[in-house]
Amino acid sequence: MEISDRASPKIIIAAILGLMMLICSPATQAAEKETPRSGGELVFAVGGTPPSLDGHRETTFAMLHPVAPHYSTLLRFDPQGYPKIVGDVAESWTASKDGRTYTFKIRRGIKFHDGSELTAKDVKATYDKIIFPPEGVASARQGSYAVVESIETPDIYTVVFHLKQPSASFVANLASPWNFVYKAEILAKDPRWYEKNVMGSGPFIFVEHVSGSHWIGKKNPDYYMKGRPYLDGYRAIFIRDTAPRVAAVRSGQALIEFRGFNPAAQEDIVKTLGNKAVVQESPWVCNLTVSMNTEKKPFSDPRVRRALTLAIDRWGASKALSKISLMKYVGGVFRPGSEFATPEAELTKLAGFGKNIEAARKEAKRLLKEAGVSEGFSFTLKNRNVKEPYEVTGVYLIDQWRQVGLNVNHVQQEEGPYFNDLRQGNYDAGIDFACDFMDEPDLQLQKFLSADKSPLNYGRYKDSVLDDLYDKQSRATNSKERLKLLRQFEKRVLDEQAYQFHVLWWQRIVPHWAKVKGWKVTPSHYVNQDLRDVWLAE
Amino acid sequence: MRQYILKRVLLMIPTLLGVAVLVFFLLRVLPGDIVELKYAGTGTYAPKQAIERERAQLGLDKPLWQQFLSWIWGIVRFDFGQSMWTGRPITHEIAIRLELSVELALMATLVAVLISIPLGTLAALRQDSWVDYFVRVFSIAGLAIPSFWLGILMILVFIIYFRWLPPLTFTSFWVNPKANLMQLVWPALAVGYRYSAVATRMTRSAVLEVLREDYIRTARAKGLWEKVILVRHALKNALLPVITVIGLEFAFLVGGLVVTEQVFNLNGIGKLFVEAISQRDYTMVQSLVLLTSFVFIFVNFVVDLINAWLDPRIRYQ
Repeated sequence: MEISDRASPKIIIAAILGLMMLICSPATQAAEKETPRSGGELVFAVGGTPPSLDGHRETTFAMLHPVAPHYSTLLRFDPQGYPKIVGDVAESWTASKDGRTYTFKIRRGIKFHDGSELTAKDVKATYDKIIFPPEGVASARQGSYAVVESIETPDIYTVVFHLKQPSASFVANLASPWNFVYKAEILAKDPRWYEKNVMGSGPFIFVEHVSGSHWIGKKNPDYYMKGRPYLDGYRAIFIRDTAPRVAAVRSGQALIEFRGFNPAAQEDIVKTLGNKAVVQESPWVCNLTVSMNTEKKPFSDPRVRRALTLAIDRWGASKALSKISLMKYVGGVFRPGSEFATPEAELTKLAGFGKNIEAARKEAKRLLKEAGVSEGFSFTLKNRNVKEPYEVTGVYLIDQWRQVGLNVNHVQQEEGPYFNDLRQGNYDAGIDFACDFMDEPDLQLQKFLSADKSPLNYGRYKDSVLDDLYDKQSRATNSKERLKLLRQFEKRVLDEQAYQFHVLWWQRIVPHWAKVKGWKVTPSHYVNQDLRDVWLAE
Repeated sequence: MRQYILKRVLLMIPTLLGVAVLVFFLLRVLPGDIVELKYAGTGTYAPKQAIERERAQLGLDKPLWQQFLSWIWGIVRFDFGQSMWTGRPITHEIAIRLELSVELALMATLVAVLISIPLGTLAALRQDSWVDYFVRVFSIAGLAIPSFWLGILMILVFIIYFRWLPPLTFTSFWVNPKANLMQLVWPALAVGYRYSAVATRMTRSAVLEVLREDYIRTARAKGLWEKVILVRHALKNALLPVITVIGLEFAFLVGGLVVTEQVFNLNGIGKLFVEAISQRDYTMVQSLVLLTSFVFIFVNFVVDLINAWLDPRIRYQ
């Protein structure tokens, strides 16, 4: 294009104005503001206390939140783009054509906090401990890797996993935040050393742990990712109860609690902090389900179970309960919004998930009558004595079932007797829950397998069709084929047999001080907790 | 006296042994165990094999009598074992919390004594006057208001009006007295107020009773100063039941401030107790029950000795 002499000053002025506007624009200012700043100590609250310090053994976020910043994992979820999987100590990986061999190349130059280099040998020792734990060593997720036949290290920067059969969830399982990479030499001397000690290769070095009080970590200057972490250190304060935890964030003694709060606490924090607070929200890979004792009459009759699920107005519950509790999203066996979730149009066809509650309740009454369950039939709903979201949900369910003529006795129990009763079958119906670190059918469907296969199945039923579908989907390498199998599984569990059914999926609400930057909420409170990208704006 | 002390010390052994037997077997009767809670409590799918491994690691696969004997044998050697929850030595877990709990109990006792003795005495001396009515209302309010509720009010006032909260982590008095007091003075006031209410009422009624005794009348008839009568004759005798109450309350405070510790997020013995019970950390609960039982027995013993020292009429055989 040719620019005439007359036009050029206008263009220059326009260009200067444009440039000025660009410089002064909020977007640019925001971008400038968002330039990470190094330094400072992040103080955060943890709603529990860590049991042992071994990630391979433990199952609680109360261990993960303070301890994860000290470790690397083989793979991880992209902190800014869940559920994308990226390498952590793995630089790259490939899978064989038959889907039975996975080869991982280990990043060079990663150092443990004692200065030694992390190699493939350490990754192998770590996964050997998880998958094939030696005598006397507990491994909580051993079952998730049952498909692994062997692990080998052809050279110090290569790890090869050989599988018994193809597995759709294998790579995702390697991004588990629990699978801290430990040092092979230490494990060889004492496989239980990591239960009481910390020595990893993560962005922060362990400083101090006062049991029941706090945990301190400081920046690892030799972290493999140059320029990270931004923080000089962090301090996790253990505050088990909600009220003091909320108070800690409101007063600024803690800047964030990563697991999240309920809507009331969120309101308190935002009201106190005003524009100094930001709120991050996400659907949560956690849900509440109703489990029924299929060994007891009349719950052994699928018609009764279907009637119970049909009576629940989930869409109404979503509107009402989300204002006062963590309960929010209507979904089937997969988290709404996840790649595996059933689209709403299809979901509403399942028993209890339709939007016409009057018609559903009419059908529920018909089924109950057909099954010989009389008006005013009484049964017990066992529940945990935890207000949020258990008690709230229990009360809601009782009201829903009352509307089809059922009389429900709400029994709230302390955790010990509650799980004991569910496991022993000493209940009619019970509120159960699930929380996973990622959206993955192999994890979310486990509790619906036959009781002899899954200790989490409190329904006490055996269903070879479900077990078969589970195995098939787990081995499926074609995503379309897998989705088809998942839909069949879901229909059988929630609709045809209604063994157990979901009430609602949870919402994760994390209100925090606006000066905490670089942390993005994910659908799981287990992932994205190594703090390497987190920085403080002040 | 020496013989009495020795006898009381020796009696502690069967008492503690009885407590040990009781707590060990009662805990085993409670439904649910630590492994089940660990996995099911977080919704984790753990195959039977993993659960059995975990039980074996904690020694829960052994017969009950074997578990009991090995625990008792450890206690005899002052080895309380390891917490089933954290895997760390129980003595370590208790030690890091005991300083806070004992200090808080002492501070609350100090608050209670400073309030209750003068107020109780004043109320007795000015019986049925407005002073007495004020002290009675003040002490009844102290009994009616739970200390944790007072604690919550304090925290709300701090946050709403001052945007401030007492420190959340414990600093030893010997390391930083200011930080230490900043954290503990508020719960000490909250607990001390309730504690003082009990002691104030006890002081008032004890002083009233003593003031009606013949020896007080005799002292007055002798023309002794009222101050001397009160301090040397009345108060010294009236303090006997007050000291007993204060002693028992102190023993309770060391391990019993469960809710107050939660409200102020204090890392004390009470909170550890509740967590250990809810987690079914058998070894920890057993040790904590033994510890609190010992504190009760010991404080009772000390109170008896103080009473004997205060009242020459009391002679232990």
